[in-house]
Amino acid sequence: MSIVLPILLVAGIGLVAGFGLAMASKYLSEPVDELKEKIREALPGANCGGCGFAGCDEYAAAIREGKAEAGLCAPGGKNTAVALSEILGVDVSAQEKRAYVTCNGDCYRAKTKFAYSGLNSCAAAMYYRGPMKCEFGCIGLGDCAAVCDRGAIRVNDGLARVDRELCGGCGKCVTTCPKGVIKLLPESYHNVVACQSTEKGSTVIKQCDIGCIGCMKCVKECKHDAIHVENFLAVIDQSKCTGCDECALVCPRGIIHK
Amino acid sequence: MNSVTAVMAVLLAGIFTSNMVLSRFLGICSFLGVSKKVGTAVSMGVAVTLVMVLATAVTWPIYTFLLVPNGLEYLQTIVFILVIAALVQLMEIVIKRFLKPIYVAFGIYLSLITTNCAVLGITLMNTELANIGLPPYLHALINALAAGLGFLLAMFIFSGIRVRIESSDIPRGLQGLPITLIAAALVSLSFLGFSGI
Repeated sequence: MSIVLPILLVAGIGLVAGFGLAMASKYLSEPVDELKEKIREALPGANCGGCGFAGCDEYAAAIREGKAEAGLCAPGGKNTAVALSEILGVDVSAQEKRAYVTCNGDCYRAKTKFAYSGLNSCAAAMYYRGPMKCEFGCIGLGDCAAVCDRGAIRVNDGLARVDRELCGGCGKCVTTCPKGVIKLLPESYHNVVACQSTEKGSTVIKQCDIGCIGCMKCVKECKHDAIHVENFLAVIDQSKCTGCDECALVCPRGIIHK
Repeated sequence: MNSVTAVMAVLLAGIFTSNMVLSRFLGICSFLGVSKKVGTAVSMGVAVTLVMVLATAVTWPIYTFLLVPNGLEYLQTIVFILVIAALVQLMEIVIKRFLKPIYVAFGIYLSLITTNCAVLGITLMNTELANIGLPPYLHALINALAAGLGFLLAMFIFSGIRVRIESSDIPRGLQGLPITLIAAALVSLSFLGFSGI
């Protein structure tokens, strides 16, 4: 009979614990937000943080509370967008995105203030606002390459470059880059200005051999009203650009890329 | 020994000389797993401390008043696992409802503790305490608190070291886990220095 008592005891403790938990989850737990759960299920669950939130759970909560737009999830792509638009009853347009480094200043063409020999990290170099004369340019120590899961970013000659084929558009590099030099563009982007310096043309010339001086030549050349100069920097509107490449041909600095 | 010195002795022993992680080598998984950042390491440490005290508060009476009188001491491991798992889940529900900010700060660590060997270890050790003049139940609770604080201290020290490691130039073959294990070994060795006290 000595086996009966242990069995009863363990089973009893199990029952008490189970019953207690059941009661607790029934009477104490938060009411489950069904809409939020649905949104969470529609998200891919990659927890990449590309949307700017700590993970898919937080992003779902933010969508639920109306604090965030629904189209920020890049890894989810079209499937997530369709699912979310069904749940929320609004049209979520999520296009596949690709990261793009809006800088041309490699170590030959961008001038430096000083020779940096500290930690091999852009974030560390930012302590001195970076070694480049240009406040806006790529530091080239590869924090973005380190954070990329797909190995889509390579740093050559002190300039990060994204491989458009490998990039999944999660946007991690965008949030990592201390200079904010990486932008997410629609997957089908055409022409891009590879510079984001808003300095005056004369200053840009002193800082970098290949920065945008805001000369307006491209603006005059564009037949589709897709390119505008603001703050001495040409910016191309991807929704209007047709990729005709006329602006690239006329750019005296050769910084408009395809 | 009067009771104040006894309490101090239990606390010192738990935190330093027989530190849960660094001398008894329990809870290594979380010690290596969530020590990458100081913030998360500390919240894990606080959560473990809390669970250790609560788990002891429940398991010690079960052991003393339910298992011992019936001669069922051999059931302690399985019963304790059961009780701790249920307790942690219950605690999570309660904290989520009433202390939302703390729940957010703990994040996933609270539920991870369900399977933390340090918690089971301390509850098992607390059943075999030597009599040093304290009420046995109080002694067990203080011992659990000390072990938890020791875990917290180890997590805090080690996460600080790992943050430094992250930003240093490690030889390629040692990057990642190898250098972490070496660092853990050195921290553990340094804690052995306390064993003479």
